[in-house]
Amino acid sequence: MKKRFIAMVLAFVMVLALGACTSETPANDPGTETPEATGGMVEGGEITVGLYNDLDASLDPHMSSSSAGTREILFNIFEGLVKPNSDGELVPAIAESYSVNDSADQYTFKLRQGVKFHNGKDVTADDVVWSLSRAAGLETGEPLVGDVANIAAVTKTDDTTIVIDLKKPDTEFLAHITTAIIPEGIDPLTEVVGTGPFKYVSRVIQSEIVLEKFDEYWGEPAHLDKVTLKIIENPETLVMSLRSGAVDMAVRLNANQIKTLTNLKVLEGSSNIVQAIYLNNAVKPFDDVRVRQALCYALDKHEIIDLSSDGYGSPVGSSMFPAFGKYFMPELTDYYTKDLDKARELLTEAGYPDGFEFTITVPSTMQTHVDVAQTIVELLRPIGVTAKVDQVEWATWYSDAYQNRQFEATVIGMDAHGVAASDMLARFQSTNAKNFINFNSPEYDATYTAAISTTDDAEQTRLFKECETILAEEAANVYIQDGASFTAMSTNLEGMEFYPLYVLDLSTIYRTE
Amino acid sequence: MTYVLKKTGVLIISLILISLLAFLAFQIIPGDPTTKILGTDYTPERAEALREQLGLNDPLPARYLSWLKGLLQGDPGISYSYFMPVKEVMSGKIQVTAALSLLSWVLVMLFSIPLGILLARFEGGHFERAGIVLNQVFMAVPPFFLGMLFTYLFGLVLHWFMPGGYIPFSQSVPGALGYMFFPALAIAIPKAAKTAKLLRSSILNEMNKDYVRTAYSRGNSRWAVLRDHVLRNAMLPVITYLAMSLADTVAGSIIVEQVFALPGLGRLLLSAIGNRDFPVAQCIVVIIAFVVVFMNYLADIITQYVDPRVRLS
Repeated sequence: MKKRFIAMVLAFVMVLALGACTSETPANDPGTETPEATGGMVEGGEITVGLYNDLDASLDPHMSSSSAGTREILFNIFEGLVKPNSDGELVPAIAESYSVNDSADQYTFKLRQGVKFHNGKDVTADDVVWSLSRAAGLETGEPLVGDVANIAAVTKTDDTTIVIDLKKPDTEFLAHITTAIIPEGIDPLTEVVGTGPFKYVSRVIQSEIVLEKFDEYWGEPAHLDKVTLKIIENPETLVMSLRSGAVDMAVRLNANQIKTLTNLKVLEGSSNIVQAIYLNNAVKPFDDVRVRQALCYALDKHEIIDLSSDGYGSPVGSSMFPAFGKYFMPELTDYYTKDLDKARELLTEAGYPDGFEFTITVPSTMQTHVDVAQTIVELLRPIGVTAKVDQVEWATWYSDAYQNRQFEATVIGMDAHGVAASDMLARFQSTNAKNFINFNSPEYDATYTAAISTTDDAEQTRLFKECETILAEEAANVYIQDGASFTAMSTNLEGMEFYPLYVLDLSTIYRTE
Repeated sequence: MTYVLKKTGVLIISLILISLLAFLAFQIIPGDPTTKILGTDYTPERAEALREQLGLNDPLPARYLSWLKGLLQGDPGISYSYFMPVKEVMSGKIQVTAALSLLSWVLVMLFSIPLGILLARFEGGHFERAGIVLNQVFMAVPPFFLGMLFTYLFGLVLHWFMPGGYIPFSQSVPGALGYMFFPALAIAIPKAAKTAKLLRSSILNEMNKDYVRTAYSRGNSRWAVLRDHVLRNAMLPVITYLAMSLADTVAGSIIVEQVFALPGLGRLLLSAIGNRDFPVAQCIVVIIAFVVVFMNYLADIITQYVDPRVRLS
């Protein structure tokens, strides 16, 4: 009898506690879309998220080689002076405010008070100086993060003020200062300590990563107490695990995978990549602009999207994807319309009246790209061009095609590290280290240099758009799409926010009753 | 005793050869580990420095010897992709693969031996005919396909287990073994079917021999002849086969692990090869090869005890 009484009291207390949580909902989270009729928000709880690929070996946020899949998780652990929000705008994070001088080569940041690291220590100006100096390689001369290579000096003027001097003026520098701030003197290879809404708890290689809510987070706290990221590399197994409930959520699923997920909520977003047939502009026959244009005329991107992904995906016409908003040029999407006669004509002019043969090198694990490559092979037959798909391991693709530029054509997606137009466009400068397609246009180089040097926003946007137009005119690559990306989550989860970047924000996700 | 010594000698030589081949194989396949490690930070100078640091510039024999020495001392080196000891990278994963292979091996024996005996006992009957047809079907199904079938049938339709919901040994031993039952079954079924077939034909082969006729003539029943006289002789080839099939179940589990999202050595081996993480890949290959050679060795020794003629010949 007594036990029963206690149980009833406990139940009553719990109801009160739950009531308190739900009533707080609107104040807590005004930004998210209105929850569906599934029930109110429940604070706390834990979920398991399925990931395709293990994170990189090193979780050092300053390792620029980190893959997009790793960066999107580290987003929850680390923060920079500023960070992007779900609209793609940069909002102050560890910095509270900033100012820039007129020549755009000196930025001054005022630090936010009371920001704590996951190890309990306060973030000081010294930590900021140390982190940025390390990332920019000020002591070694070798920048770890390409984005901040432009930093000439980082100085602390007082305990809450940081001044950054740049080597060259850069009006987009703010977008690059999302570089993680970590405690001074730690070894980031072994210690994963940041300031984000989630803290790193443990990791079993190729199996799982555990994150827990950081209670002393300075901003909007995470709703979930614990997130387990489970690595499931086999796509069928991931789908089965979603259906069985072993995994509550998975992101970046493709159109085929979602077909059987009837008991889950499926949200459509975009991958935020530019998928294209990237052509090596330095090898024959792609060194001839007419050949590249002929391919553009021969391939209808809408047809490719229909055939390879059931029509899901947004077509693009240059190296910019729709989420970039003001920089994206929808008018370039159909710059080339399918015209086989025109394509044959251009090939004849270029000296290939009977077509030619070439190889498309694709990383074998990236099914979406493999599917597109195989579709292209068929679509090129009518103009006499014989393409062959060569599926290689990721490591081989990375070293041969990307680093050593030993390839003819490849289907791949390029994403942006930040929200600046330069994140997409810098690589096509003729001397850029990441210009793996060997694009070479003096006009492009000049326009790009002018764009990053100007401080006038409207003029800058115009110049970046001109860069995009040059890429389309010159048919640098055969642009296809920003692929569709589906998120599946169990019906009692809400709060998924889609970013215009390759980001998975776990802090906004919450359980419903 | 000399027989055991001789076999042990062969075992040791085989192991040395295996380690040499495993080492050489990974030196020959194209791809430079430094490009993968450095990623976009790659510069020829950094790559050179890293090669020096990893000892990749030493001559091949010296590298082999230092690796072998480490291996014998239980230290197979540092993983190129994780920058931690190979032992640490593999910890926890060996247990998963070992448990899965052993479990499926036990299942192979549990199914195949009674089945093989029954098929031989009822030779020529309807039971045998039906049994042989079914056996043939199960022999032909690849384990990964059975795995997908089981996941769907027992996981999603019948809810007997939760696909993708593996519970590690550290949390619950019965939970882990329970989850492993279906993957183990998927590996065991084709293997058990083959073993049963072998045992049946081995028994039937013995049944035609003179000593069997003699045994019958002394008034023994078919069961008694089978049990007391034939089985011991018929088991000889089967013992060797079963020993070898443990090695096969290890290989089978590497594939089936992927289907059931089990965190075993399989995925590690694939990614180690993809990432040119040679120390890890070599270590796993050596472990698998060791199992093969060692089981072969054990089979030889056991056969010799069961059948003293082997020792004398």
